[in-house]
Amino acid sequence: MGGMAAPQVAPVETPATEEVPASDRPWVTIVWDDPVNLMTYVTWVFQKLFGYSREKAEELMLDVHHKGRAVVSTGARERMEHDASQLHAYGLWATVDRS
Amino acid sequence: MFRRQSGRYVASFAVDEVRVLRKVAGEVVGLLTDGFDHSDPVVGRLFPEVYPDDPTGAAEFRRYTEGDLKTAKIDQAGAILAALPDEAGGEVRLDAEAAEAWLRALNDARLAMGVRLEIKDGTDLGEELDDAVAEDPTSSRVFQLSVYAYLGYLQESLLNALIDGA
Repeated sequence: MGGMAAPQVAPVETPATEEVPASDRPWVTIVWDDPVNLMTYVTWVFQKLFGYSREKAEELMLDVHHKGRAVVSTGARERMEHDASQLHAYGLWATVDRS
Repeated sequence: MFRRQSGRYVASFAVDEVRVLRKVAGEVVGLLTDGFDHSDPVVGRLFPEVYPDDPTGAAEFRRYTEGDLKTAKIDQAGAILAALPDEAGGEVRLDAEAAEAWLRALNDARLAMGVRLEIKDGTDLGEELDDAVAEDPTSSRVFQLSVYAYLGYLQESLLNALIDGA
């Protein structure tokens, strides 16, 4: 399993303006809420995989829990696929999409 | 339940607990080997579609990643089987790597059981268990719900021990 990776680009929503063609927009990894994963476990996985602070990991976990989903990383498509497969190894429900 | 002791994660298990953990880990291995079936909702949950709206992209991703993911999940379930005492109660001592494998494997087992038991957001396990006992205290659902709850406590205790020790 990956160790403490350098923190990735913060998952800030990029405003999807009309001038930016879809092909130029970055990709995102999304984690979806599920009824089984423990909240403490999800927080721990975010810290472990992305090197996020506990505070940031908790914030993302709460977004997943309350809003049903959260963007946990942003970047190149291959990188997002890598993140998603790591999240799958930990049992989180992750998908990849354009931001 | 797990506690941290001189850099190891230690727990004592009664013989019944050892049997349950062996059974559960063995079932996960079975599901990932001979019983592997993409139409099984449990497999769907353990191997989520990475592109829900793009079947071609999802299939390609699966082609490149599924083998490794399957191997990782079999190995982590194997870490539980390897550390448990044989057919008796006893102590389990895990190093950090084994403890993380256990965490992921316990989570896989809970995900699988959660699908079968139809656990939803807001499911109150105590209530579910009471209802199942009222219906038939000897039913398999009563047993499965108890095991599911037990695995949750066990996972949480191991996670707390890991976080406290970090």
